Amino acid sequence: MTDSGSGDGLRARPDGGHGNQLYGPQHDVAGAAGYPDSPPRMGFFTDTSVCIGCKACEVACKEWNAVPEDGLLLTGMSYDNTQGLGADTWRHVAFIEQRKPLGGQEPGVSHEDVDVFDAAGRLGTGSAPAGQISPLAPDGRTELRWLMSSDVCKHCTHAACLDVCPTGALFRTEFGTVVVQEDICNGCGYCVPACPYGVIDQRKDDGRVWKCTLCYDRLGVGQEPACAKACPTDSIQFGPLDELRERAEDRVARLRAAGVADARLYGEDPTDGVGGDGAFFLLLDEPEVYGLPPDPVVTTRDLPDMWRHAALAAASLAALAVTSFVRSAGRGRR
Amino acid sequence: MAECHPVGFQWVMEAKARGAKVIHVDPRFTRTSALADVHVPLRAGSDIAFLGGIINHVLQNEKYFRDYVVAYTNAPMILREDFRDTEDLDGVFSGLDPDNRRYDNASWQYEGMEVQAASGERDLEYDKRTTGGGSETEAARGEAHGSGGADIGEGEPERDDTLTHPRCVFQVLKRHYARYTPEAVEQICGVPQDLFRQVCELVTDNSGRERTTAFAYAVGWTQHTVGVQYIRAASVLQSLLGNMGRPGGGILALRGHASIQGSTDIPTLFNLLPGYIPMPHAHKGEGLDEFVQGEAARKGYWGNMRTYLVSLLKAYWGDAATAENDFCFDYLPRLTGSHSAYETAMAQLEGVCKGYFVFGENPAVGNANAKLMRLGMANLDWMVVRDFSLIETATWWKDGPEIETGEMRTEDIGTEVFFLPAAAHTEKDGSFTNTQRMLQWHHKAVEPPGQARSDLWFTYHLGRIIREKLAGSTDPMDAPVLDVTWDYPLKGELAEPDAESVLAEINGRAADGSPLSSYEQLQADGSTACGCWIYCGVYADGVNQSARRRPGTEQNWVAGEWAWAWPANRRILYNRASADPDGKPWSERKALVWWDADEGKWVGHDVPDFKPTKAPDYEPPPDATAAEALSGTDPFIMQADGKAWLYVPSGLTDGPLPTHYEPQDSPFDNLLYPQQRNPVRQLLARHPDNRYQPSGTEPGSDVFPYVATTYRLTEHHTAGGMSRWLPYLAELQPEFFCEISPELAAERGLEHTGWATIVSARGVVEARVLVTDRMAPLTVQGRTLHQVGLPYHWGPNGYSTGDAANELLHLSLDPNTHIQEAKAFAVDIRPGRRPRGPASVRLVREYRARAGIDENTGTEP
Repeated sequence: MTDSGSGDGLRARPDGGHGNQLYGPQHDVAGAAGYPDSPPRMGFFTDTSVCIGCKACEVACKEWNAVPEDGLLLTGMSYDNTQGLGADTWRHVAFIEQRKPLGGQEPGVSHEDVDVFDAAGRLGTGSAPAGQISPLAPDGRTELRWLMSSDVCKHCTHAACLDVCPTGALFRTEFGTVVVQEDICNGCGYCVPACPYGVIDQRKDDGRVWKCTLCYDRLGVGQEPACAKACPTDSIQFGPLDELRERAEDRVARLRAAGVADARLYGEDPTDGVGGDGAFFLLLDEPEVYGLPPDPVVTTRDLPDMWRHAALAAASLAALAVTSFVRSAGRGRR
Repeated sequence: MAECHPVGFQWVMEAKARGAKVIHVDPRFTRTSALADVHVPLRAGSDIAFLGGIINHVLQNEKYFRDYVVAYTNAPMILREDFRDTEDLDGVFSGLDPDNRRYDNASWQYEGMEVQAASGERDLEYDKRTTGGGSETEAARGEAHGSGGADIGEGEPERDDTLTHPRCVFQVLKRHYARYTPEAVEQICGVPQDLFRQVCELVTDNSGRERTTAFAYAVGWTQHTVGVQYIRAASVLQSLLGNMGRPGGGILALRGHASIQGSTDIPTLFNLLPGYIPMPHAHKGEGLDEFVQGEAARKGYWGNMRTYLVSLLKAYWGDAATAENDFCFDYLPRLTGSHSAYETAMAQLEGVCKGYFVFGENPAVGNANAKLMRLGMANLDWMVVRDFSLIETATWWKDGPEIETGEMRTEDIGTEVFFLPAAAHTEKDGSFTNTQRMLQWHHKAVEPPGQARSDLWFTYHLGRIIREKLAGSTDPMDAPVLDVTWDYPLKGELAEPDAESVLAEINGRAADGSPLSSYEQLQADGSTACGCWIYCGVYADGVNQSARRRPGTEQNWVAGEWAWAWPANRRILYNRASADPDGKPWSERKALVWWDADEGKWVGHDVPDFKPTKAPDYEPPPDATAAEALSGTDPFIMQADGKAWLYVPSGLTDGPLPTHYEPQDSPFDNLLYPQQRNPVRQLLARHPDNRYQPSGTEPGSDVFPYVATTYRLTEHHTAGGMSRWLPYLAELQPEFFCEISPELAAERGLEHTGWATIVSARGVVEARVLVTDRMAPLTVQGRTLHQVGLPYHWGPNGYSTGDAANELLHLSLDPNTHIQEAKAFAVDIRPGRRPRGPASVRLVREYRARAGIDENTGTEP
């Protein structure tokens, strides 16, 4: 499961990579799902380096989608009383208090004086300069930073939830997003363990599953999703996935040039275990710090192999049965 | 700012993306700190020491913008010989009357001239400036001063442009702040010297000809016994650095509600009329002439006060207002003292105030010393509460804390309480005025549900019914109500008054009824009517200019066609200061407006905040008055001398220069002066439930060893009336909690997510405990100080409930603004839940006894 699988993604497919594949890069998810003239694939780029933790995304999401309130609980997990994504939480802002320097987070990222190409050339070499501004720690204390990040359904290129859904309640939209149809879902729950991120979840009182729709109803009328609309700092950016990926590469290069060596993208890579996320992130630390799996792999990756193995096993069994019948028939004749 | 003004913070993030450095100074590490380049934790209540330290750094290291300071500030003005600074008088200024806790500011004036303030306590000068006449209620005019002093504004103040005269403002300033050293800052604020120097360098490196620095503050600065002086300290600094009237500069007051700026422009304050015209005090024989003579400045735009006031009176009383009857000036109510929110509560306790309207406020949990507020309301005949939900202010009489403790019984309370549901802003038309003085119109999206109605509806129909009941009365007392113009068109089934017709009245009309476009058109002869002179132009050409929504991408960077800003749609006030005395921008990078000699007028990106045709070399004739008396190099046109005031000769009750005093309740002595507290802070009635605590090295002070501060969280709004009832918000911050450091948790045995009991001499509350590195222990005066953070959103009603932090607060107020000191006080904290019923009252009494507190504690001048 830790194999990022970039090599596997290049495995030759009989349909040339445009059919109903379950793994590897897929540049036309809507087309692969049967939309002949689909609009560009839409998604989220959540830039956590500018998130201020206001939770407007959580509230806007619940308001627009009429997601129920799910309990008053003071968790003690910093300012996070939401805890995680679930049937009744489609946007979740994580708060992580760390004893790490604040100053390196984003000291003055100027548009003018950053040579992006130079910075890109130094990516990963660790030679980016540290921020000049660094607050002094009070006696006996290390420095502090407070990470905030708004999590959401990843709308995977290869969505295991969709692949395993027996009723067709989960479907791929023309925007390349993954949506549950509440009037079709029968609450079987197969999709819940299938999600490599633990996003999709059953609502206790009705048993059906619920998750982010990327505001499918808003997209259809040319509006951006409610969370992105409400975000005051553009931490949540909505748009065509190709554009967002370009923007994100540029942003991460700027941050690294400014000394934020830990800045990284998460879920943007089409060759990763889920074929890239439709909703990806810029993080300032390891994914685990934010409660995200480091190397998610679509749980149906091995399904064809499994079917092949199953078919082989079935064939073997059949052959065995036939053989034994033949044998017993032979015995009978004797 | 990210914590309490997340929508506005997007512009800070925008600035950051362009290379701006963000410094956050706050006792706790907030969501703002998380995005800042530098976070400076400091002791709550020590900001004047901190800002004074930066002022001293600027003066000692000659980091000020000298050309700007000489030309545009009052640095060169020479003060009277009898002025004595805190340096001379052990921490107080000359003119202190300690017995009556007030200053006579006569000695604070410039040599050879008396100056009237542009705002603040202008009535201070009344007796001097008129022939007197005596006040109706001398005792209630707490700020009244002795007679004598200079006559009004004859002559020019003496000045020394070399800034070397020992009595010039600049030298006085330098001496005053000399003791605010980095060492003193470290000792008082708990800010390490290196960190402090880093802040000084960041601010000074980013100020001057080519660069500007902005300050943003909120009630963390205003809610102190020296709140106004906090802002003044920033004003001094920004004026020295040349950061006023220029793009990217200024001091931005972040407001607590969407239209708090609007509520001072068209005031809900007791001491102001619309457009910052002072409310008249009860002087004997004061007519319009005497009022204007007493309150208006000779120079600057306040020299036109009569014009603005007469136009206002015409808007109020229409045809009934004539030159013969002083335009109904006598109809205006008169102040008989300070009638702030807290004095109103005191008057309720005394049985003087019998009725109470509460619109969109929740004093039963949202005001300091919430218990006193409830006791006051329990002494009323009637009260009206208009809100979205049954807030604590509407129900204290049946389920408030005093019912539980047995201090009150419902059957004993005679107050008749009316609850009327209110419409939300989405359910009515109207405007919000933000901190940039920008009016933005909002349109009704849906009709209010059920019986909910707008404030405009309620006020209009209440007035209509009262007028119907008074019709035919010949009692002179009723004349102001019967004569008032009350003729707004009504709309729809609910008979909602047309909000735009109110805006049109505020904007003003010419004699022929056509809308005015500028306050320059207003007349003093009664031919114009204008409800608020600074808003004149918002309805120019009969068009609601505040409803303009032209995108920023379709106009220049000033974006003057988005909504409308007062005055005259200027986006940056005093922007004449963005150009040098010759009228050329100080730098091309920071150009905003400039003098175009060919055209003979001021031009630029913004609307010039200056007479358009007044050349930089204009010198007023000796007999000029009002705006004509300002020279071509006087950018601060509302000031009587056209200058930014580093030193305030008039208008403040508590001193001409910001001075560090300790909060009312403080675990520390004042390290800078023998004077512990602001000597003229406003202390309210010596009520048993309003006891003050011993401070510093006084015996008993160690009973309350921790500094506490109240604040807001992003997820809730003020006293919770708009958020605690909403499940989507309540679930995000479900309970009242206190924030403490791991070190304090260890010291007091407090467990994360467990309960803590917090006690002051006024009350006791319980809160869940959040142990966090974000609360840093500080080293103050050589010892470790822990601070306790208390969000104040909760109360016993609603979906998310909890104790109200304001139960802990005392009533010791800023003497200029009558604002409570909610941001710095002293408490004790201990593990476990608070006692219930009468035992909770006993606990507070025990604490008082242990600290030796009586009615005199903490009341020394």
